[in-house]
This record gives sequence, structure tokens and C-alpha cells, in this order.
Amino acid sequence: MSSNLIGYLIGLPLFGAAALLLGGRRTNKWGHISATALSASSFALGLKLFNDMLALPTEERAMHQKLFSWIHVGGFQVDAGLLLDQLSICFVLLITGVGTLIHIYSIAYMSHDHDRRRFFAYLNLFISAMLLLVLGDSYLNLYVGWEGVGLASYLLIGFWNQKPAYATAAKKAFVMNRIGDMGLSFAIMISFVTFGAISFDSIKEAAPQASTAALTAIGIMLLVAATGKSAQFPLQAWLGDAMAGPTPVSALIHAATMVTAGVYLITRSNFIFDLAPNAQTAVAAIGAITLLFGALVGTAKDDIKKALAASTMSQIGYMILGAGLGPAGYAFAIMHLLTHGFFKAGMFLGAGSVMHGMNDEVNMRKYGALRKFMPITAITFGLGYLAIIGVPPFAGFYSKDKLIEVALNAGGIKGYLFGGAALLGAAITAFYMSRVVILTFFSQKRWDDNAHPHESPILMWLPMAILAIGSVASGFLFTSGDALKNWLEPVVASHGEGEHAELLPPMTVSVIALTLVAIGVGYAIFKYRAESNPNTPENVSIFTRIARRDLMQDAFNEAVFMRPGQVLTKSLVSIDENVIDGAVGGVGSAAVGSGQLLRKLQTGFVRSYAALMLLGVALLLLAIWVVTQ
Amino acid sequence: MNFVLENIGKTATPEAVQFYIMAPLAIAAALGMLIVKKAVHSAILMAYVMLSLAFFYIAQDAPFLGIVQIVVYTGAVMMLFLFILMLVGVDSKESLVETIKGIRFTAITASLGIGVLLIVLIGKATFGFPANGLESANAGGNVQEIAYKLFSTYVWAFEVVSALLITAALGAMVLAHSQRVTPRATQRELAIRRFRGKSLSDAAGKPAPGVFARYNGVDVPALLPDGSPAVESINETLKARGSVRDPREFSLKEIADFSGNEGEMR
Amino acid sequence: MNPINYLYVASLLFTIGAVGVVVRRNAIVVFMCIELMLNAANLAFVTFARINGNLEGQIVAFFTMVIAACEVVIGLAIIVTIYRSRRSASVDDASLLSR
Repeated sequence: MSSNLIGYLIGLPLFGAAALLLGGRRTNKWGHISATALSASSFALGLKLFNDMLALPTEERAMHQKLFSWIHVGGFQVDAGLLLDQLSICFVLLITGVGTLIHIYSIAYMSHDHDRRRFFAYLNLFISAMLLLVLGDSYLNLYVGWEGVGLASYLLIGFWNQKPAYATAAKKAFVMNRIGDMGLSFAIMISFVTFGAISFDSIKEAAPQASTAALTAIGIMLLVAATGKSAQFPLQAWLGDAMAGPTPVSALIHAATMVTAGVYLITRSNFIFDLAPNAQTAVAAIGAITLLFGALVGTAKDDIKKALAASTMSQIGYMILGAGLGPAGYAFAIMHLLTHGFFKAGMFLGAGSVMHGMNDEVNMRKYGALRKFMPITAITFGLGYLAIIGVPPFAGFYSKDKLIEVALNAGGIKGYLFGGAALLGAAITAFYMSRVVILTFFSQKRWDDNAHPHESPILMWLPMAILAIGSVASGFLFTSGDALKNWLEPVVASHGEGEHAELLPPMTVSVIALTLVAIGVGYAIFKYRAESNPNTPENVSIFTRIARRDLMQDAFNEAVFMRPGQVLTKSLVSIDENVIDGAVGGVGSAAVGSGQLLRKLQTGFVRSYAALMLLGVALLLLAIWVVTQ
Repeated sequence: MNFVLENIGKTATPEAVQFYIMAPLAIAAALGMLIVKKAVHSAILMAYVMLSLAFFYIAQDAPFLGIVQIVVYTGAVMMLFLFILMLVGVDSKESLVETIKGIRFTAITASLGIGVLLIVLIGKATFGFPANGLESANAGGNVQEIAYKLFSTYVWAFEVVSALLITAALGAMVLAHSQRVTPRATQRELAIRRFRGKSLSDAAGKPAPGVFARYNGVDVPALLPDGSPAVESINETLKARGSVRDPREFSLKEIADFSGNEGEMR
Repeated sequence: MNPINYLYVASLLFTIGAVGVVVRRNAIVVFMCIELMLNAANLAFVTFARINGNLEGQIVAFFTMVIAACEVVIGLAIIVTIYRSRRSASVDDASLLSR
């Protein structure tokens, strides 16, 4: 029965990670090959399971596998169980597919690094943790995977931990993720208190009987968790710093998979959000804020990886916005997630290729006219670019436009706000992505003579090419005949329950969107077409300065959280040293001091001893007198 | 807190008179013992206190104890004290300046406290019955009654205390005993030393005090045949005390001046 | 007159003896004050015997006297020994156990 094979999806890469980490340097020669092979076999297994699922009737497509009985404490029973349904299989294929391509890419990209084996071990660890996240059948199993990807992200961001700045970036990512993890913990706790169980199936059944307050609380906590993992406002500051890791890491974790875990969580918890409209509105609002935030930050970044990171933040904002719009939006959020996985990973790999050719230079001001020297990279990157800005018939057009439609159709003031934000975001996205492409591949050559741009080896451009094909074709595949929407319907009930009336016909929406995109692209071409300044301009407007500083988010975090936190820590340390240690030490010195005092009694004179005895007798008699009063 | 109202019985008037005379004197003597400089004076005052205590015992129907107090305490113990005082220094004076800071104050405060508290506590104590007096207990005579008690109920304590007495005597002997460092010289050796010494002038022994002088007290040195004082006859202790007298006081000439008889031998 | 008065006298004598032990420096005088304290206790015992009407108090006073005699013997022997080695009869000179 194919449900018995679900566990192997997780087990194969986990075994790979364990073998490489425990085997140590002995495995250096073949470590990367085995890791890639195990990841590919996971992908093959995922394809097989997908095939089996297609053959089953719709009601039976959700496969369960119980690995072992995990927690059995009184009324709290959690099994280590896996659930493979229509939603999970999408993620499984995305993770293993894009993951395997990135493994192949990394063989060439990390070929000069003598810690390559460790890198592949961490990559496999990440794949297995992410698979556990999407395959878990209860919130607690999901949490294990959640923590696992957090760990893998920390290990991979700080991979080159010889540089203190990179290690600090890894720490920052981990700490901000932790805040989100607390949200997930609280959500699990509230669920247990409200429902008595934490598996998806049991909560789905029991949700309609719970109070709206409890459901809203759970929803808000899940939203906090999602903002932490998916780098949404207000926990988004770590994503830019996470670019300190090697480029394949940025491509896999911080573009395609880990940061989408928040979207998965919200979509999986649709039965809670659908019954808690306030929480759902909060989700949509956070998504809308973040998509604008990321877009604005992306316009001012000169580091190509940071610009792409800001773009990721913004695109995930779109997905969260979609997931916050109820049953109408879940399917399109997932669709955008899948297409984003293709084109963003492809663009990151392309950026890696450019960096590889330009001696690891990340500043776009030092690029320029690279299309002549790296044609394959330019073409694959360009296809991804067209997909992200939403040009038909590429993938982004279908997913993003549908999201804008659903936003506008949300009804009332919400519709205007969210729809307007989505449209504005589209325009800004077009602008800054065009800026990236023009500065890198077009405009004037701005690099100095000791850079020798060259095309990357085949192991690097082949995955980029495959992902580019995905960017081109996937959108069309998902939308034709509402394929994805119908596929996901049993899970997210996306059959349009409570669908509002259309604000604008879809064609109008598409035309408006494309017009805005054209304006953005045009402005970027106009501004950067002939750019020849290799240095970052200093006298820029105040808005550019604010955007360069991530819209002051880091400054805000430091002032409001970090410095008071440091003050608190320092005061606690000083209390520990002075008050507590002082008390303990004080006891010691008091003992010594009283000893010094008492020493003075030892005069050696018999008479003084006799006098003390007399005093004692007098006190004794006093006591007797007092007692017999 | 009652001093006199607590009526446990009244004594007869003679006893009261005796008490009111002797008690203040005894207390004054005790205070004096504290204050006087010379140790011998303290000893004398102490003896007086012992005697008055003996009177108190006899007044309270304890004649045996009273006599024992005189014989043992005033007789033996105080004599022992005086002997030791003689050994240590009869004239030793003690300055009344206190060397250890704060002792006088502590002692006086503590003792005032003790005294006052004792008197208060005794005053508050109730006996619950009138004083019986010892007429019935002394029915067969005090000594006989004490003897009966001593040899029947308290015989074990009696035996132990006697062992203690013996031990004390042995202990005193051991402590006061001084070990000879050199072996005792026999008479033969002494004689050899006398005749084989530096000169024969001392071979016949030295003249005793008074042989060439007219006074044979220890505090006057003996005279040699030529009239000069013999250094060896001067007592070291008396010399240290400055009690040695000049032998010329007792020369014939002065006595002749005194009595008017010149050269007359007595 | 109340026989309790003997007890007051005994307390006073005891107190005076206690002060004497602390204040005087000559070892022999200190010893005499100790004897004074013992005698005060003896007086109290005899008074109690008289008040209670039996001879127990006198017996105890008798034993106290014997013990005091033994103590005097040994104590004076000690004083003599110390005097012989140190040539001084002051209690303040035996202060080698100071800090």
C-alpha cells in the first residue's frame, strides 16, 4: 500500500544527513553525490505517490501513515503520524524537485569549498525537516518540522561562520524565528485546551463547536508563527541578513521553501480561519502591508541578493494576502507559491551564477551589460523576471492576477484597500525587478578590468534552465481548467463558499495590472538604461535613504527591543553580581568580620574570662526573673 | 516582692540581735577584703568572716558545723593561706590601678545585677510552709543525727569524699615537690669539699650569727673575726626586702654609750 | 526576724566574692574570694536546713566544706609551683593564651 512509503520521503534525506554528519571527513569524496542522489530518490518517490494519488477517487486521496505512538500522557495522545493529501503533495513535489535541482547546482557552486560535505549534509537535513513539516498530521508533528527547518536555516546561513557578521546574521534569523515559534506553541496549547486534541482531522471536526474567541486566539497565534517563519511584517528583518549564506541556500530556503511554510500553515488551518473572520482579516492585512514593505525596500537595494530577498518578502506578502481572503483565495495563494518557487529559485540561482562569474561580487553597481558574457544566465534570469512581473503567458501572470482579483472581490472597504495595495505592489515590483535586470545585464559595463565574467558550468546552468521552463509553463498548467483549484478543493473548501460579487470583471483587472506593470517597467528603463556610475550615489532623496535602511525596521527593532533588552540583561547581571553574589559573599565576610570581633575576647587574662562568666550568670538570673514574672 | 511580710516564722529575739550585729560586720569585712592593698590584711578579714559564719551556723541549730567551720576553715585553711602568703611575699602590695580596660565596670555591673536579682528572686520565692526549726530533727543531739545521716544515706558520698581528700594530699605533695637536679652530696663529699677548697679559712665552718656580734637575729649579718660583715650570712630574702639591719648598731661602743658603762661585758 | 535574711546575707557575700575574683590581681586573694563564695553557699544550705526542718542541708554543707578544703590544698600548691617558675603571683602574668 503506497501509504506505507510516505515515511521514506522524510527518511531518505534524513539518512543522508546523518551519514554525512556522522561519517565526517571520510565521506568528503562522495558526500555530495550521495546527498543529491537521496534527494532525487525522494523526488522520484514523491512522483510515484502523486501518480498513485491521481489514480484514486477524490474522497480517498488523503493517505495516512502512523509511524509510531509518540506521546501518551493522560488525555493527551499524539502519534508520530504522516498525512499526505492534495495540499501536501504539492509541497512535497516542490520541495524535493527544486531541492534536487539546487543540490545539483551546489555540486558546482561549492566545488571550491572544503566544507562542501557539511553543506550537503545540512541541505539534506533541511529537505527532511521541511518534508516533515508539510507531512505532519498534527500541529505538534508540524512543529517538529518547523523547528527542524529553523535549525537548518541557522546552520546554513552561518555556514561560513568564520566571518562574525555571518554568524550574527544566523543568530538574528534564529531569534526572530523563535518569536514566531512561540506563537505556534501558544496556538498548540490553546488548541489543546479548547479541543483536547491537536491533529488536523480532529480539530477540523471540532472547530464549529468552539467559541469564536478561542478560534480567533488560535488564528492570531498561527499568524504570529507565520510572520516569523515567512518574514512578514513585523518579523521580517532577518531575511535581508540571511543572504549571508551561500546562494543555493538563499535559493532553496529563503525563496522557494522555508519561507513558504507560513503560507502552508495558514492554508492547512483554513478550518480555523474560516470560522474566525477577525483573524482572517488580520492575516490579509499583514500580507498587504508586507507586500508593499518588501517592494519599497527592494527599490533601493544595490546588493543583488538583498534585492531578491526583498522581492521574496513582497511575493510572500501576496500569498499571505491570498490566504487571508478565505476559501476564494487559498488555491491562488498556493498557486502563486508554486510558481514563485520556480521563478524565484531560478533568479537566485542566476544571481549565484552572476556572482560566480564576477568573483563573488554582489554589488549591482559593479555589473552591467553582462548579457553578452553570460547569455544562458541572462536568458533564464530574464524568463524568471518576466514571470515575476506578471507578463502573460508566463507563470506569474496567472497566479498574481488571480490574487489581485480575489483581493478586489473581497467586498467593501477591504476590497478597495487590499486590491489597491496588490495593484500598487505589482507596479513597484515591475519597477524594481526591471531595475535589477537592467543594472545587471543591460546598461553600460561598469566593472573594472580584473573581473572576467564568464558563463557558469553545465551543472549550474542546467538547473537554472529547468527552473526557467517551470517559470514559463507552470502557470498555464495550473490554471488550465482550474486544475489546481479543483485539485485542492477537498482540502481548502475552495469551491467558492461565500464568494462575493465581482467588483470588476477579470479582463479589466488584468488590463489595469498590465498597464501598471508597463508603467513600472518603462520608468525603470528610462532611469537605468544608460547607467554608467559604478559607485553608489550619495545625494539621494530621503525616501531612498529610508528604503536603503529597510524602512528603518532594524533601527526600530534595536531601539525598542534590543537596547531595552540589553539594559535589562545588564541590570540583571549586575543584580546577580552585586545583590545575590554580594549577599553570599556578604555572608562570608560577615562571618569573617564577626570572627575578628570575637577574637578580641581572647585576651589571655583569666580575669576577663571570669568577668564574662559573671556577666553570663547575671543574664541567666535575669532570664529566670523574667520567666517567673 | 516581699522582704519581710512573707511570714515563714520568726526567730527568737537573741538570734535576731546577734544577726543584726554580726551580719553587717561580716559584710563590711568582706568588702574590706576586696579593697585592701596588702594580701595579709585580706587574709585577716577573711578569717573574721569565717568566724562570723561559724556564729551563724551555731545560731541556726548546726553546732557541729559551726565547730567544724572554726576548726577546718578558720584554723586549717586560713593557716594554709597565710603560709603560702609567707612563701610568696608577705609585704606584696597590689596597686589599685586597673590594667585591663572595662573589667572593673563589667564586674561591678554584673555583680550588682547578680546581687539585686538574687535578692529579688529570693524575696519572691515562697516556701509554702512555716519554718520548722530543727528541734525535732536534732532530737537525738545534732552530732548524733548528722552521724546517723552521714553513715546511712550518704555513706557512698562520704567514702568518695575521703578518697578525694587522699588524692588532694597526694596531689599537693606532687605539685610542691621539687626534684633535685644534682645528686645529694654525702657527708664524705662535703668534708672533702671543705678541705680541698680554695682556702682553708672556711674549713671549720663559718661563724654563726652572734658569735662575734651581740645580736643573733637573722636580720643582722654575722661578723668575721676582723669585724666586717660576712657576706654569706645575709639572708637573700631579707636583703631583697630591705630588712637587713646594720650590725654596727650592736657594737660594744654604742651599747657602752647607751648604758654608760664602757667596755663592760654583759 | 525572718530566717530568709540569712539568705540575703549569703547572696551579698556571694556577690562580693564574685567581684573579688574578677578585680583582684594577686592569685592568693583571688583564691580567698573563691573560698568566700563557697562559704556563702554553705550559709545558704544551713539556712535551708533550718527552714525545711531536716538535716540534709547540713550534710551538704559538710561535704562542701570537705571539697573546699581539698580544693584549697591543690590550688595553693599550684600557686606555689607557678610562683617558683615565674617569680610572680599575679594572675595577669599568665596570659600566654591571648590572640
